[in-house]
Amino acid sequence: MAQAKFLKEADLAAWLGELAKGRKVLVPQKDGDAVVFKPWHEGVKPVLDRQATESPKKAVFPASEKLFRFSYIKDPENPGKVRVELEEPEKPEPALVFGGRPCDARGFLIFDRVYDSPKTRDSYYVARREATAFVTLACPEASNTCFCHAVGSGPADTAGSDALMTPVEGGYVLEAISPKGEELLKSPLLSDAGDKLAQAERVKAQAVESLPPAPDFAGSPEALMARFDDMGFWENASAKCISCGACTYLCPTCYCFSITDEESGMKGVRMRSWDNCMSYQFTLEASGHNPRPTKAHRLKNRVGHKFSYYPLIHKGAIACCGCGRCIKSCPVSVDIREIVTMAIEAAPTAEESAQPQGAKQ
Amino acid sequence: MTEMPNLYLPEMATIIETVQETPTIKTFRLVLNNEQRMKDFHFEPGQVGQLSVFGTGEATFVINSPPTRKEYLQFSVMRAGEVTARLHSLNSGDQVGVRAPLGNWFPYEDMKGKDIVFIGGGIGMAPLRTLMLFMLDNRADYGNITLLYGARSPVDMAFQYELPEWLGREDLKTTLTIDNPAQGWEHRVGLIPNVLLEMEPSAKNSVAITCGPPIMIKFTLQALKKLGYKDEQIITTLEKRMKCGVGICGRCNIGTKYVCVDGPVFSYAQLKELPNEL
Ligand SMILES: Cc1cc2nc3c(=O)[nH]c(=O)nc-3n(C[C@H](O)[C@H](O)[C@H](O)COP(=O)(O)OP(=O)(O)OC[C@H]3O[C@@H](n4cnc5c(N)ncnc54)[C@H](O)[C@@H]3O)c2cc1C
Ligand code: SF4
Ligand code: SF4
Ligand code: FES
Repeated sequence: MAQAKFLKEADLAAWLGELAKGRKVLVPQKDGDAVVFKPWHEGVKPVLDRQATESPKKAVFPASEKLFRFSYIKDPENPGKVRVELEEPEKPEPALVFGGRPCDARGFLIFDRVYDSPKTRDSYYVARREATAFVTLACPEASNTCFCHAVGSGPADTAGSDALMTPVEGGYVLEAISPKGEELLKSPLLSDAGDKLAQAERVKAQAVESLPPAPDFAGSPEALMARFDDMGFWENASAKCISCGACTYLCPTCYCFSITDEESGMKGVRMRSWDNCMSYQFTLEASGHNPRPTKAHRLKNRVGHKFSYYPLIHKGAIACCGCGRCIKSCPVSVDIREIVTMAIEAAPTAEESAQPQGAKQ
Repeated sequence: MTEMPNLYLPEMATIIETVQETPTIKTFRLVLNNEQRMKDFHFEPGQVGQLSVFGTGEATFVINSPPTRKEYLQFSVMRAGEVTARLHSLNSGDQVGVRAPLGNWFPYEDMKGKDIVFIGGGIGMAPLRTLMLFMLDNRADYGNITLLYGARSPVDMAFQYELPEWLGREDLKTTLTIDNPAQGWEHRVGLIPNVLLEMEPSAKNSVAITCGPPIMIKFTLQALKKLGYKDEQIITTLEKRMKCGVGICGRCNIGTKYVCVDGPVFSYAQLKELPNEL
């Protein structure tokens, strides 16, 4: 471990004040009954004792952002002649996501493989990603919707974070994970962690113990493929779904978007906004044909993308960080863990598929 | 900001010519405003582009001029909705945005030395036109080239100004057909799959490339099977709703394949490997 520091609870506001110099600091805050990530300012007390309702994905992937501005410009000599000028947006400002959970920071690793690959680099995403740091809070306690440990993570996972905070008596132990994190921990408000480190390790171990039993997702890519044409299975799995899309908007790993123009007079903007595969319009073709005409087809794609297609493309990496938000916030309690597990259990095992018609070969 | 190309920023282009092909299809010939970029612009037959009308949006179209003829880039647009309607209102001198080339292309290298059968229906002739002209411009590389092009009625047939040339060429066997008899029509009458069965192109050392409305493709495939064509000998292109065109927005996937980057060109053998979600 490069360095570990201790922050007194009483110094939290002062440290946030330091961090907020020259950058936007997003912290989880109350918004009615929900907890959402909003810019910190003097007097804001971050909500750190429970998982935020939304993920902080908008820090790097805003719910809607300008791709560019356009303006139609008439030639004064010849008004029939009009040219178009395009103007790219400014660089994003430096930002810090403070107090997200390990699953939140890890969500961006799932984005990275798609938005920042050797083949395709999304300049908007890459610029925001580079400008954003994560000081993540190790989960002191899991809730019954958590399953990070089933997707290769855990309550103190450091992957994707720049620094990890663990709550201990009287304050937080801070560990730098990346050079960005080391910079952030240079504050004179922080002291050496010393004997607090051992306590932090105990907190992390307790969190692991508090997790509900891990569902077993081994074989999900093949099992979901095997269920692809079993529409009865998907109708059953999606029976309760009301296609509200909450699961996708709250998910730290859902990354689909739409592109739309907004025009006013001779000027306008081209926007990119979150979109969601649970909506009928998402795949509706101009001919009127829709390859995913029912909610069963669409739920199949959402679950299939996360637990089958993405892992098949990206060396087994599941496109879900196990945060459980889609389960917690679904108005009708659709549970993605159950669906994947059911698909795995329903898939014939090697012996089963060999037995009945096995005589063929 | 790390220097890297902006995938979503179109290049500006000027429409130099338009052709009203049919009541619902209009062709646009355009050149990129940046002369050097136009000179350097490289694409393969079958690749697509996104055309932008700023204020309305973008839509995907095949570049239907061949890479062997580079005075302009040609797109033929059938009116379907908002973007296509606004494109139809544009004329010579107007500006559009272009993001191209996108997607994969016809495996024309693998087709060298083979007989080629093109079967196009309606606007589905657009991608075939690119490859066919490309092959005619590299005529020695290919065996017999046959074209079967069908439309609902004579007025629905695009590229009419070229049909006399295609019909007259010694090195191209062209058959035109319409669904129902019409006054003054001197070519075949009948649905494409039926005409194809009558034509009986040999499957031996041959590749069939087909594009058109789904129902036409379905029956054309059955006809090709009857004629002895194997799955690997049949090539088609897929349509999906698209936005980004670069494999990110998540709209056009069929299981693990993205039509915008892994397609739009697929062999029938590849299509059979895909999950059933066309
Ligand atoms: C690889 C590829 C190549 C293509 N090549 C060509 C080509 O060469 N030439 C060509 O003409 N076309 C081509 N197309 C098709 C073309 O991209 C579409 O026709 C075009 O995108 C339609 O755009 P639009 O904005 O006009 O339609 P939109 O305005 O987006 O939609 C038009 C239609 O979509 C449906 N629709 C959309 N939204 C809704 C809604 N909310 N509720 C109900 N219905 C809705 C309706 O049927 C509506 O009439 C190609 C497509 C692909 C994928
Ligand atoms: S949150 Fe629940 S009801 Fe809403 S779309 Fe998702 S699964 Fe369906
Ligand atoms: S699918 Fe559900 S559990 Fe998985 S990352 Fe998204 S919201 Fe969290
Ligand atoms: S069009 Fe966006 S992924 Fe294919």
